[in-house]
Amino acid sequence: MKKIKGLKWVVGLGLAAGMAAVSVAPANAQATLDTVKKRGKVRCGVAPTSPGFSFADDKGVRRGFDIDICRAVSAAVFGDPDKVEHVPLNTNVRFQALQSGEIDILSRQTTWTFSRDNSLGLDFGPVVFYDGQGIMVTSKLGVKSAGELSSAAVCVLPGTTTQQNLEDYFRPRKIKYESVVFENTDEWRNAYFNGRCDALTTDRSDLASVRAIAQDPAAHVILPETISKEPLAPVIRQNDANWKDIVSWSVFALFAAEEMKMTQANVDTFLKSQDPEIQRMMGVNGDLGKMLGLDAKWAYNVIKGVGNYAEVFDRNVGPNTKLGLSRGPNKLWTEGGLLYSPPFR
Amino acid sequence: MRHVAGRATRLFYDLRFRAIFYQVLAVGAVILVGLYLFSNVSRKLAEQNIVTGFDFLWREAGFVISQTLIDYKPTDSYAWALVTGIINTIWVSILGVIFSTLIGLVVGVARLSKNPLLAFLAFLFVEALRNVPLLLYLFFWYALIVTTLPPVREAWEIVPSVFISNSGFTIPSLNWSPAHSVVLGALILGGFLAIFVRRKLIAQRVETGVERVLWPWTALALLVPVALAILIAQPDFAINFPEKGRFRLTGGAHLKPEFTALLIGLTLSAAASNAETIRSGILSVRKGQWEASRSLGLDDRQALRLVVLPQALRVIIPPMTSAYLSLFKNSSLAIAIGYPDLVMVANTTMNQTGQAIEGIAIFMLVYLGLSITISLIMNWYNGRVALKER
Amino acid sequence: MQEASIIRIAPPPQPGYFKRTLGALFATPLNAIVTLICLWLFWLVLKGSYGWLIARMVTEGGSTACRAGNGFCLPFFQAKLRFLIFGVYPYEEHWRAGSAMLLFLAGLGISMIPRFWGRWLLVLWTGIVVASFVLISGGIFGLKPIETSQWSGLPLSLILTTVGLALGFPLGVILALARASNLPAIRVLAIVFIEVVRGVPLISILFMASVMLPLFMPTGLTVDKLLRAQIAIIIFAAAYIAEAVRGGLQAIPRGQHEAAGALGLHYWQAMRQIILPQAIKIVIPPLVNISIGFFQDTTLVTIIGLLDFLSTIRAAMTDPEWIGAAVLEGYLFAAFVYLVFSYSMGAYSRYLERRLRTGHD
Repeated sequence: MKKIKGLKWVVGLGLAAGMAAVSVAPANAQATLDTVKKRGKVRCGVAPTSPGFSFADDKGVRRGFDIDICRAVSAAVFGDPDKVEHVPLNTNVRFQALQSGEIDILSRQTTWTFSRDNSLGLDFGPVVFYDGQGIMVTSKLGVKSAGELSSAAVCVLPGTTTQQNLEDYFRPRKIKYESVVFENTDEWRNAYFNGRCDALTTDRSDLASVRAIAQDPAAHVILPETISKEPLAPVIRQNDANWKDIVSWSVFALFAAEEMKMTQANVDTFLKSQDPEIQRMMGVNGDLGKMLGLDAKWAYNVIKGVGNYAEVFDRNVGPNTKLGLSRGPNKLWTEGGLLYSPPFR
Repeated sequence: MRHVAGRATRLFYDLRFRAIFYQVLAVGAVILVGLYLFSNVSRKLAEQNIVTGFDFLWREAGFVISQTLIDYKPTDSYAWALVTGIINTIWVSILGVIFSTLIGLVVGVARLSKNPLLAFLAFLFVEALRNVPLLLYLFFWYALIVTTLPPVREAWEIVPSVFISNSGFTIPSLNWSPAHSVVLGALILGGFLAIFVRRKLIAQRVETGVERVLWPWTALALLVPVALAILIAQPDFAINFPEKGRFRLTGGAHLKPEFTALLIGLTLSAAASNAETIRSGILSVRKGQWEASRSLGLDDRQALRLVVLPQALRVIIPPMTSAYLSLFKNSSLAIAIGYPDLVMVANTTMNQTGQAIEGIAIFMLVYLGLSITISLIMNWYNGRVALKER
Repeated sequence: MQEASIIRIAPPPQPGYFKRTLGALFATPLNAIVTLICLWLFWLVLKGSYGWLIARMVTEGGSTACRAGNGFCLPFFQAKLRFLIFGVYPYEEHWRAGSAMLLFLAGLGISMIPRFWGRWLLVLWTGIVVASFVLISGGIFGLKPIETSQWSGLPLSLILTTVGLALGFPLGVILALARASNLPAIRVLAIVFIEVVRGVPLISILFMASVMLPLFMPTGLTVDKLLRAQIAIIIFAAAYIAEAVRGGLQAIPRGQHEAAGALGLHYWQAMRQIILPQAIKIVIPPLVNISIGFFQDTTLVTIIGLLDFLSTIRAAMTDPEWIGAAVLEGYLFAAFVYLVFSYSMGAYSRYLERRLRTGHD
């Protein structure tokens, strides 16, 4: 009898340990903000590895453009950019993770499309990166335009819009091609480098990053055609307007900051600014923060935490990084680009 | 009150009552949990405006499947895309089963070889394959094919019109037409016919004791249907030679590296476990059987083929069945290296439509159905070779 | 000469070791050819690996030197070794994951010695699991809390395997008993569960756990992603363990059941005291084989985006800095670690098989 008692004790302890491991977090569908505040962290779905956008550095710390978007939201909510829990997601599970409430934001180079917006129970925040699908080939081939690619093999990634874009572009032009599909970006990239495919297709920003890490970047050319529009935006659940506003305005704060020449370094000086819009934005005047259910200095915290859009861009994907992207359409509207923040009024 | 409780206790100690009670409890619990989950999911889907149902199956798929055995175009429906994926899965599994059995047999026998070097080599083969995850091997084989072979524009032409490159293996091919399918069908029919005829003749020989030459009749049974089919359907035997185009080799038949890497990976890993199964099967046959067959004048190879293997089969079949099943299930790892099997096609479908529950349900059902079919076939075969007590 | 050989009745002298081996190697022409081919293969492999691993080893210079060179890339391991093992687990806290791993290995080592088999192993393992859980996840005793999304690398693979097997085992035994039960409804439920799980690939169950399970939970309840993968592995392990244990149950003669009944033991007593101890002892070798299989199968969690050991290594290989510099090195390192673990477990299983065979009957 004593033996059995001992066993029960062991089983009980095991069960208790098991219960401790079940981290069950309440996530009321109606108030993501409350859940996030209670949890003390923003759960953010990101790509497992995508150079420049989401990757782990030598010490395992996640960095990248998409990561900084999450950090901006965290700064707006908590005043601290690092209260983010990154959940690495493959393309095939990203929407379900959001639908089920496992994550609060999906910031994963996700293209905003009609059907995603309208059939998945999801909403898209402001576009943070205007991209377009391009095609890269080795310069040795002497190809000048996508129209010459008849009977070529093209390496594509599945589950993204790229596969359908390619088909939509080639079919009306009666161009036959072989598509080689990879689940995994590494396989996909290496297959192209090794000549398994003649061409590589994905968003132009990604193509640039692939070319950047090629042994001889000059041996590859990105063809002039942009075969699709790829507006990349953070995604949230449809039924929480307040949370959508928080995410959207955190992004707008990045745009506005660049427009107003605020940077991570000089943002403190703007607290004393006499400009009424800056005063409202910095929470010195008015109650914009309260309207979002956040601290009055939320926007100040965003800039202090991650910098303005230009800083985020340059730090992760800009000309001085491995990716070496130029701003392209991702310039402010005042400079002929597409970034435009509604007024802070 | 106490009286009632007493009766209840007595009832509880009634064995029949308890049996029914437990069963009702178990079934009830399963049903309740099922209902609960179902209500959760339907509420969640409705709450969040998520589209459900299988309507998407009839929409245009709009993606290319790079390797198909049946005719598939991106304008076809998702349903047809999934069928293409299923057939690709079955195709690689069938080839894997055949090759892994052959290699397994060779390695299994080599493990028992009297030549210590050969036995050691076979041992290394088995252990290296069994102790490293298949996924790692798939990545590795694929990387090996793609990095060591030359790109297609510098393809090696090993014999005229046969090319090897990192885009695969290209050989001349026939322009396949329905007429060819008729001939292929006739060949399969002829094969069955030949087996049947040979059996009959052997049975006759056993019965009458008259020696007769078997092979002309068997060959006749094999070839007559084919000859007839060729005469009737008149297939076109024009051969399509691969040529170097601007980018690729055009024409001919291609064996793609994704398929090859998957096939090699699946085949070798199953071959390693088959080798072990076959080895232990052969060891399970008593030594006396060898000695007896030697005393009958059979040499080692004859003894193995005629006496030992048939007996070993009984021990071998059940573990082989599970090896085949796991080969079939492991073919789902194709997704890692880009061979368009069922899981990969379903995955793309799920990504494009966002309908994950339906996609997963489809491929689980297909796998389950096919697994059960394989089990049934192997059980039937096992029943045939099992020891018949007389 | 002739006479001498007639007189001598003793058996001919056994050929020496050298001659015996030579005989086995070159007995027939075919054998000789096989031997030569084998020797040639060994020579090729030895030459190749010597050249790659030692003669042409790249010892300094970063990724560029490795890409240019044609040998083993040592700088890759110098820069990345800790990442290769611990993945994205916070750098300063690696010691915690490391000591948890050591605890696991020590526990494994102790449980491999038959002399220590007994109930107290259960207590030991509970202790190990609790201690490593505290170490890895933190949050108490002043340890920094670390989210499950940062658990990665070899510790994650070991956690998934051991917890999967440890919890899958009791579930599997219950399923096996249910399948052998004479209550038809319970038997059918168990058969359906076992056959469904065994009939589909592990990745489909992982997909289900990671994609579908959250939708089946009530609104407001989310289950951690790692935990979901773990549940999938437990379910999968349980079905396979159940089949193994069923084999053991079938091997127990009917007389044992009858004897237990005659002693007046009821079902659970009979199972616990008489039947299961014997049945499980028989199936220990297949259970060890299942464990090896599951250790390797945890690599599949990469498909749902968890960073297990293999995917951590692939992540390191695709760091823009190192891309294309250490492909073979990365895979070989992963293969080596898996090989060491699996092979030693396999050798242990064979040892057990021999030991149990002689100890019984």
